[in-house]
Amino acid sequence: MTRISPARIALYVISALVLVYLILPVLIIAPISFSSARFLTFPPPSFSMRWYQQYFSNPAWMQATRVTLTVAFLTVVVATPFGVAAAYAISQSKLRIMRIIHMVLLLPLVVPIIITAVGIFFVFAKIGLVATLPGLVLANVMLGLPYVVISALAGLQSFDPAQEMVARSLGMNRLRSFFAVTLPQIKSSVVAGGIFAFISAMDETIVALFISGGQYQPLTKRMFTALRDEIDPTIAAISTLMTAASFVLVLLATGRRRRNANVSRI
Amino acid sequence: MTRSVPDPSQKHQRREHGLMLALVSPALLVILALIVLPVGWLAWQSIYHDGFTLENYRRVFTEDIYWRSFALTFEISLGVTVIALLLGYPVAYLANSVPKGWSILILSLVVLPFWTSVLVRAYAWLALLQRTGVINQFLRYLDVISEPLAMVHNTFGTVVATVHILLPFMVLPLYATMQKIPGDLMQAGASLGASPSLTFFRVFLPLSLPGVLAGCTMVFVLCLGFYITPELLGGGRTVMVSMLVSRNVELYNQFGAASAVAVVLLVGVLAIFAVVSRFISLDRVLGQK
Repeated sequence: MTRISPARIALYVISALVLVYLILPVLIIAPISFSSARFLTFPPPSFSMRWYQQYFSNPAWMQATRVTLTVAFLTVVVATPFGVAAAYAISQSKLRIMRIIHMVLLLPLVVPIIITAVGIFFVFAKIGLVATLPGLVLANVMLGLPYVVISALAGLQSFDPAQEMVARSLGMNRLRSFFAVTLPQIKSSVVAGGIFAFISAMDETIVALFISGGQYQPLTKRMFTALRDEIDPTIAAISTLMTAASFVLVLLATGRRRRNANVSRI
Repeated sequence: MTRSVPDPSQKHQRREHGLMLALVSPALLVILALIVLPVGWLAWQSIYHDGFTLENYRRVFTEDIYWRSFALTFEISLGVTVIALLLGYPVAYLANSVPKGWSILILSLVVLPFWTSVLVRAYAWLALLQRTGVINQFLRYLDVISEPLAMVHNTFGTVVATVHILLPFMVLPLYATMQKIPGDLMQAGASLGASPSLTFFRVFLPLSLPGVLAGCTMVFVLCLGFYITPELLGGGRTVMVSMLVSRNVELYNQFGAASAVAVVLLVGVLAIFAVVSRFISLDRVLGQK
């Protein structure tokens, strides 16, 4: 065996510390959420489900949860077909303007979110969409579109458009050939894009802070307000549930992507 | 010369173009209505209030509170970028140099917090860093300190939590770039008698610079517009530009001033992207998430 140099040891130690730093905050929340203590104490004095009970029995938290799930679901329903149609056009068309359109569709990733939020707030205030469900959904569709477009484009890149040509030359019309030939092959990328749009809508906070209100406040807005005022382990319970939901969704999305990659390699 | 005849393929092509534009239009419409229009509105509002005025910009560029906030935001973003690079480079390097299974494990640990809500992580840092928090209790238990350290509700807490959130944006482009550096080059360097550190500094490091640039750009730009973390962990003293915007809207109803601050921030961000895109493809910067 070769001698391990001191530089290599330093590399291992530094990397390990950085990884601990990355992972520690994610791991610390769950134990706090199962603690019986009113204040943050670690290690928790004893196991308790009281913060979960508090969450599930509080009508305000439940209403916020319903709003979040509704908004995230509707966002996926709208953003996925819009994003896939756009990705298809961008990948197939030879029009030069498509390059520019592609860039424009990625704008939500470029413009600082605080600017987007304030701008949307002003526009929504003019047309009466502040503190409404449609307003919240529209804003999240915009924010989620880039994820669908990027993911669908990645799928379309490994797809051979000649296959669709064959289907059409055999007499299928364009729409049918898309659904029968193209879509099944890029399905995983489309689903992954939709899941990312869902997570994006579920986690979105800043735009919601400005444009949501009254009965249509998502979880994140209520959590933000609660965090600013007082720290209550109920937040830890909600955080644990949200984190678990995100991880399950990401595992689904990446698992699908990987399977898709395997198929396209054959 | 031949007389032009109506070309069936040309007609077909026009129909094809029309179809493609129709397919892209719903998404485009959403983006135009919900980001281009609102940002345009901000720009308009920053210079127009019962007639054209540059008053808002005069305030932004001369009044102390604005200057201080811009300077602070710039300093924090620069500091966060440097720290993220120093912490992220070794991790990306290690992930690139170990067997596949290990690198997947390392990258999963990097990406795991990426998909945890920013709000959840702000809460976690509060729990860790506050006076009665986990770290202070641990240090007191070890008798390292007698009084709790003030690690949150100040710039320190903001930086710790911000680096944590932005680190994946540094590690992923670094790793992607390092993956493309051929391993033979390092062996060639070694076979020519160079020490490992010399081959690293003369061969590997220069070749990884595009990744460094992509990662630094993303971290710096995202940090410029950061809102939730400084708001929750800064304790009201660390007023970054984003907080200036939101306070002008929510507390003071200074819409013109808020718009002007937003426009200055946006112009800064776009300028950075424009400069960086001369060196590396923007897809490389944006395509990480």
